Parts: sequence; structure tokens; C-alpha cells
Amino acid sequence: MWTVVATLVPILATSVMFFGPSALLVTGAATAGALITEKVFGPRRSLLDGSGMITGLLLGLTLPAGLPMWMAFVGGAFSIGFGKLVFGGLGQNVFNPALLGRAFLQAAFPVAMTTWPTAQASWWQLRGDNLALPLFSARAPDVLTGATPLGLLKFEGETTALRDLMLGTTGGSLGETAGIVILICGLYLALRNYLNWRIPASIFLSVFLFVGVLHLLFPTQYPEPAFMLFSGGLMLGAWYMATDLVTSPVTNLGCWIFGIGIGALVVVIRLWGGLAEGVMYAILLMNALVPFINRATQPRVFGTARRTAS
Amino acid sequence: MGFWHSFRHGVHPPDLKALTAAIPIRRLPYPDEIVLPLRQHAGNPATPIVRVGDRVERGDTLARAEGHISAPVHASAAGRVTAIELWPHPDGTHAPAIRIAVERYSPQATRPRVIPEWEGLSHEELIAAVKDAGVVGLGGAAFPAHVKLAPPPEFPIDTLVVNGCECEPYLTTDHRTMVEYPERVQLGIRIMLKCLGAKRAVVGIERNKPDAVDAIRNTLPDDLDVSVLDLTVKYPQGAEKMLIKAVLGRDVPSGRLPMHVGVVVQNVASLATIAEVFETGLPLIERIVTVTGLGIARPANLLVPVGTKLRDLIEACGGMTADAREIVFGGPMMGMAQADLDVPITKGTTGVVVLSRAETRDQPSLPCIKCGHCLDACPVFLNPQHLGALALADRYAEMEQAHLMDCMLCGCCSYVCPSHIPLSQLFAASKARVRKLKVLAA
Repeated sequence: MWTVVATLVPILATSVMFFGPSALLVTGAATAGALITEKVFGPRRSLLDGSGMITGLLLGLTLPAGLPMWMAFVGGAFSIGFGKLVFGGLGQNVFNPALLGRAFLQAAFPVAMTTWPTAQASWWQLRGDNLALPLFSARAPDVLTGATPLGLLKFEGETTALRDLMLGTTGGSLGETAGIVILICGLYLALRNYLNWRIPASIFLSVFLFVGVLHLLFPTQYPEPAFMLFSGGLMLGAWYMATDLVTSPVTNLGCWIFGIGIGALVVVIRLWGGLAEGVMYAILLMNALVPFINRATQPRVFGTARRTAS
Repeated sequence: MGFWHSFRHGVHPPDLKALTAAIPIRRLPYPDEIVLPLRQHAGNPATPIVRVGDRVERGDTLARAEGHISAPVHASAAGRVTAIELWPHPDGTHAPAIRIAVERYSPQATRPRVIPEWEGLSHEELIAAVKDAGVVGLGGAAFPAHVKLAPPPEFPIDTLVVNGCECEPYLTTDHRTMVEYPERVQLGIRIMLKCLGAKRAVVGIERNKPDAVDAIRNTLPDDLDVSVLDLTVKYPQGAEKMLIKAVLGRDVPSGRLPMHVGVVVQNVASLATIAEVFETGLPLIERIVTVTGLGIARPANLLVPVGTKLRDLIEACGGMTADAREIVFGGPMMGMAQADLDVPITKGTTGVVVLSRAETRDQPSLPCIKCGHCLDACPVFLNPQHLGALALADRYAEMEQAHLMDCMLCGCCSYVCPSHIPLSQLFAASKARVRKLKVLAA
């Protein structure tokens, strides 16, 4: 698990590069919330397994840079408390804890969760009211804000250049803007067999094919598939959220089904839903189906008939 | 070439055979005491026919086979029977055993015996000779050899698969047998083919033993259809069903035996022993044992009288090093850890691995994170993750439905588990439990 934490460091560093000290404040607060909850309510020595750390960091990376720290802290505490510990701790949870925490924050603080600061004049400037007192909402930001690439597409009909999406010079959550860094870290984990490569592969494949067909049929109405792959939280979600070992299927065939389902849901939500971004809900929805996928894709035991006679 | 011949799933542990792979077999001097458990084979324990105080010659029958699936036990050294009592057994229990005080300065000669000319013997006589010699499978499971020689007539055998994989790390027993006694292995194949009425034999040897492949290739007979297949190195290729899959591509149905697909599998060391019975007339009273691991001073391949105590074996190899931590009978994947230095070497003991501090690790088990690595490792395509959860909850009936009994306890799942859950050990305990519940229900 600590290897996964290590691969999150370059992603965090990239977000610090783009969002300044705010990135550290928000991620730090989310991680602190997660770790403290784990320490207080979790089983003994469970901090050492690293899973709380991963959840906190991942949650932090899905938050906007201007979010008040106390909100991030609450999100981290919710992730571990209600995302993991109430199910019985590590290995027992149904939903990805980090995404559950994010869904909670999205429902509780919709405005703060959708205010996206853009590049500022000074690197040191905070990207929003990070230091708002607990239970106070953020003051109106005195920083430049802008829409995310997906928001631009949805509400303005504009697409963003692929190069900006890959390098991360766009608006968005802390850790989701630099597609290329996530891609490299994720590939490393896949090569070391820390995650099942079939999940990101099937997500990308299904998104690419789905959007590709639409784009070929209606080039003006639907974006290019490469834009869909590198925009929003798809990279982070596909490599780090969907592949969460606990909440993804145990069988390889199940992983393909799981990934294809996520990809299809992402496209449906992004193109036809009311939201600009759908990775979070797509993964959470498919998480709920994992027990059924597991049951339906059990391997055929060596030396038993291909189909049972009954 | 067996490049494409293999089975699916399985694991690739480091083979660690270099410690003893090049060391010739040497004979262990007779110890002062020999302890022969009555149960050294699969099936019914043997029944003693000697009494305390009797003097026995080397090779004398001490206990006779009880029923069809059983094997007799013979004296592996001349001496006096001092006790028939419970004694520590390698399986972790105390089991009835015959203790013999070995005669000092004895020439250890055997009684004069008629060596049967095997070619003149009938099918039944051959099988009886093998049974009387107490030959069992020497690959670890110790299944009586005569049972395999006489499959029921409704299952014609077309192929004899000879198991020279020795896929367990560390062990070099079969390896040295093939290198040093290839002619015996070939004679064993010849006898076995005659008994089975099979047309051909295929020897499967993993590619990390090129000298064994060469030795067997160079002694192939001209008049029989025997071939050698060098297989990719993969654990557990030496498991019967996996080897049949690798060599012939046949799936042995769940709950059935190799003979149901027209195959009999025999291990090379067992074949060499069958040949020896007809060469020397002696029963199975000694076997080759690899003593290895970083925890032993001088690793060796030893020819050991059956019943020699572990203590004597270790002494003969220069004793244990200061950081020795654990002694395992068999290989590290499927072997049994030993708790007592008085346990005897039995017919089924393939090796003694003395693990040092560097080779063992305390690994507290963590919660299952459902990573699915065990599903990718299981050569029988079980779901060890699910079975493990059921085992911890004592849900044995559901485990049986989930094909627990197909598990061969190869240990691949435990080996790959990142949470260090002792899955294979749980399944071993669960299988014993299911069998016990069946007996109680009957």
C-alpha cells in the first residue's frame, strides 16, 4: 500500500506546481481527517497498513483548490468513518471510501465544490478561502476562477486543446488536471501488479469507442474521444479509484465488465446527464454491482464441465 | 520440446536448488536407533508381525499391509525390536511405530533371497512383488505403488506419465536420481509399462535440470515408445493433474483420478525403486533425501535408511547453523514444519529443509483486500479468497459447494497473498474438518 502512496507523491507535486500552497493545505486537511478518524475509531495499528493514507490523499486530490480546509477535513473523516469503518474496516467496504467522501462533500457544499480557481499571478497566493473558520462557508473568492474543460464543453460548447489537458494547465480538481503524470504513475503500478491493468484498459477502451462512434456520426455535437479520456477525473478515477482492490471485482473477467460499465456510465452522464462530470458516480454505481459481478464470473474449477448439466 | 506444454495459473517461486543440485548422493552411516511408523503411506496403517525383543535382519518384514490400499513395513537395519509404541510422526501427531536398536558393527547383510527375473513374471506376480516390497510413491504423497500398477480393467491406460518435475523449491532428490540412476528409471518405466499394458511413456522434466534431461534422453530404450519433454519451470507442475495437463493436455475431471483419462503418473524415484526391487530383491528400506537450506552446515543428498531420526540426519550434515529457525519435511510450499528432532524419515520424506532466519519471515496476517491475486494463482481455478472467508467463519458446507475438496493444498494462494493470509493452511484444516464431519454423519 505504501508503494501506492509513493506513486501519489508525483501527482501531488504536480498539483502543488499548478495550485500553489492551497494544494498542500487541502490535501493535508483531507489526509489529516482520514488518518485521525482511522486512529480514533479504527482497529489497533491499522494506520500502519497505509490504506487510510491512500484514502485521504486520493480524496484531497479530487477536491478543488479553493475548498476551505475544514470541509476537506470533514470529507476525510467521512471517507474513513462512513466509507470504510462502518462496514467493518479494511477489506469489507462496498464503495470506494475516497469517492464516498467526495460525494458527501458534493452534496453538502455544492458551491464550494464547484468553484474552480485558475492560474494566478503569484504562485504563493491561496486559490480561495482555504482558511475559512469551521462551519463558515467560504467568502467569495478574490481570485480568478474559471470553468473546467468539461464545464466549458457542457455549458459553453468549447473544447480544450489536448496538450493543455495532458500537461494540466487547465481548471479542475487538484490531482486530476495533469493527465500524463497520472498515466505514468498508473502504468508503473500496473507493471508492478499493484492494480489490475484490465480495469483502466477497459474503461479507456469503452469511453474511447463509445465517444468515438458518436463523434464520427455527429462530429459537431460530440467531442473527440481523446478529449474525453484526458479531461476531468477520468485518468485519476480509472487508475486510482476504480482499481481500488477492495471495491473492484476479484475475477479478471469481472474487471473487464466493471471497467466497461464505468466507461459507459461516464459517457452517459457527461454527455446526456445534468452534470458536467460523471466519473465519481459511475465508479460508485459500479462498486455497488461488484458482488453480483463476482458471483456471475466465478472461474470454472479445473476438471469440471464447461456448462453444468442442470 | 515442451516449450508450449504447461498448465494455466500457478506461481514462480525461486527454485533455490543450487545448494544441492550438483552434490552426488552419499550413503548415511547406520544410526543407533531406527523408528518405523506403521503409517508411512496413504491408506490403512500396516499391522505389526514382530514382537518386542525379536531380532530382525535388514530387509525383514516387520508389519504387513492391511487391505488393498496399504503397504508393508520392513526393517531398514538389523537389530532388536525394543518397543512398539506411539512416537512423534512427521505429520505432527504421535503414531504407532516400531523401534529397533540397531546392532553395532553389524555387516547389515540381508538374508539370502531369490531375486525374481521380472521378465518371466506374470502380471499378478509382478504386482505382488511390488506390494510385498512395500513400494510407495516417493514424491511425497506415498501412495502404494502396487495400486497404481493394477488399475481396474474398465479404465484402459494408454500413457504412463513419468514425473521428473520436482517443482518444489530446494529439493533435488528426483534430480539426483535421474542424473545418477537413469538406467534404473528406464527399467522402472519398462516394468510399469508391462504391468499397465500401456503403449507409451512420457517423462516430464522441468528445464532447470538440463543434466537430468540429458541423462534420461541418453538412456532412452530403442524398443519402447518413451519420450522426454522438458517443461517450463512452474509450480505446481509436479502435481499429478497439472502434469497430465502440461504433458498431454488432458483435464482430469474433478473428483476423479488420472486413470479415468487413461493415464497413470509415477514419480522417477518410485520407478527407480521398483527397478531396484527386481535388481537386488530388497524391499523399500532406504530412500534418497535432500537435506538443504541455509540453516544446515553442509547440505547434502543422502541415501538414508527409512526410520532414521531427524536428529541423526542433521548431525550427519554438520549440524544446524546458529541462525536456523525452522525445519520442514518436504519442500517449503507443501512441506510440514517439524516440532521434534526425534521424528523419523519415512518413505514419503522427499527432503529436509532447514530454514535460516534469512529464509523465514514473521508475517502477521492482515485483512483480505480482495485483490484477486489468489484467483490468478490457483491452478485448479478455485476462489481462495471466498473459501478463506468461509473457512474463518466455519462455514464448511458452503466451502464444500465451492469445491474445497478439489484443493490440493499446493500453497500458491498463500504464496501470493499480499495480506499474508494462511489460506492453504486454512484449507488443510477445513478439509480435515469436512472429512471428520462426514464420518460423524455416517
